[in-house]
Amino acid sequence: MKAETKKIALDGLWRNNPIGIQVLGICSTLAVTNLVANTLVMCAALIFTVSFSSATVSILRQLTPRNIRMMVETLIMAFYVIIVDVLLKAYWPEMSRSLGPYVGLIITNCIVMGRCEAYGIANPPGRAFLDGLFQALGYTCILLLIAAFREILGMGTFLGWPVPFFSGPHWDKWIILVMPPGAFFVLGILLWIFRTIQFRKEKTRP
Amino acid sequence: MNFGSEISEAFIVCIAAIFTQNILLAYFLGLCPFLGVSREIRAAFGLGLAVIFVMTATTLLNWLAYHYVLVPLQLEFFRFILFIIIIAAFVQLTEMVIERYSPLLYQSLGVFLPLITVNCAILGASLFMVIRDYSFIVTIGYGLGSGIGWFLAIIAMAGIRQRLTNDRIPRGLQGPGIALIIAGLMALAFTGFTGVLQGQ
Repeated sequence: MKAETKKIALDGLWRNNPIGIQVLGICSTLAVTNLVANTLVMCAALIFTVSFSSATVSILRQLTPRNIRMMVETLIMAFYVIIVDVLLKAYWPEMSRSLGPYVGLIITNCIVMGRCEAYGIANPPGRAFLDGLFQALGYTCILLLIAAFREILGMGTFLGWPVPFFSGPHWDKWIILVMPPGAFFVLGILLWIFRTIQFRKEKTRP
Repeated sequence: MNFGSEISEAFIVCIAAIFTQNILLAYFLGLCPFLGVSREIRAAFGLGLAVIFVMTATTLLNWLAYHYVLVPLQLEFFRFILFIIIIAAFVQLTEMVIERYSPLLYQSLGVFLPLITVNCAILGASLFMVIRDYSFIVTIGYGLGSGIGWFLAIIAMAGIRQRLTNDRIPRGLQGPGIALIIAGLMALAFTGFTGVLQGQ
């Protein structure tokens, strides 16, 4: 079990990273990477949704008829997303407003469905939960990296606090990074770096 | 608001959704199929047309469902599930109708329809429509404009990627990497439209 956990963790964080390798589910989350705080909340919502819906799908896997399983999975995901949405609206309305429709769009995030289909449907609940958790964590790491780049270089702040050099007069703020094109560029370059490292590793491996 | 000004607002919203607030390049919705199906123009064209049609129709259906079912019952938080079900049902229905009456259209469009159910742009357009509180007529313009905007973006992308097939791209950048960089350049070009519409 311990080796299994380690393998799941490594797969999610590095070897089979949802963004770096599978390039899945960037749609709804890339949009909020202009601020680190937004990204954190969004990723927390995603971690919650992926791990719990994967576990739920796994618990119900014996009961679900095969031909309607997509619909069942979607409803399970929607159930968790609604919980997140209602909680955010009740306790943190400003954040809920600034995230706009993107919380709801977690439902159609390919990564949630992807993990349910690829892992939850065929494995016991505990492992499915862990798999969802680490896949979502791997996803979070990359998105936080993007958000940090965009916020520090584009606005000179990190989590809203001014960063010493970048908020000063000597740094010409890269406004373009806060605008939508910046997200595409940063993600594209990150993918490039990520894949180059992985390819190099493959080459050195016998 | 009278009818004439609603029409003109719908027109403005439509143009804005195509150019300045493109649902793909400014809001990042529908990126997965955008990266996956943009290798050749033919496929991109089929998918783009299907998106225009489904997006226009489902935003209207969802508008009706939201304002005549959910709001009176005070079940607004239920909208995620209802919208998804409506979208899935509509796509399924369209598929059956097309298969029955127009096999030719089914051949070119049919394979893309199931893909659309999970396209976040479709659900996203409906959610934006609710958040921005559009009226029914403005929603027509918004749905149509968003669909056309997505269509334009994926066609342009497929055209560019087809020309890239023979170019030497660093191995790590091939596939999605270069596609994202191109998307960034396209988004940059589209921001050039800012200011076309005053007051937007």
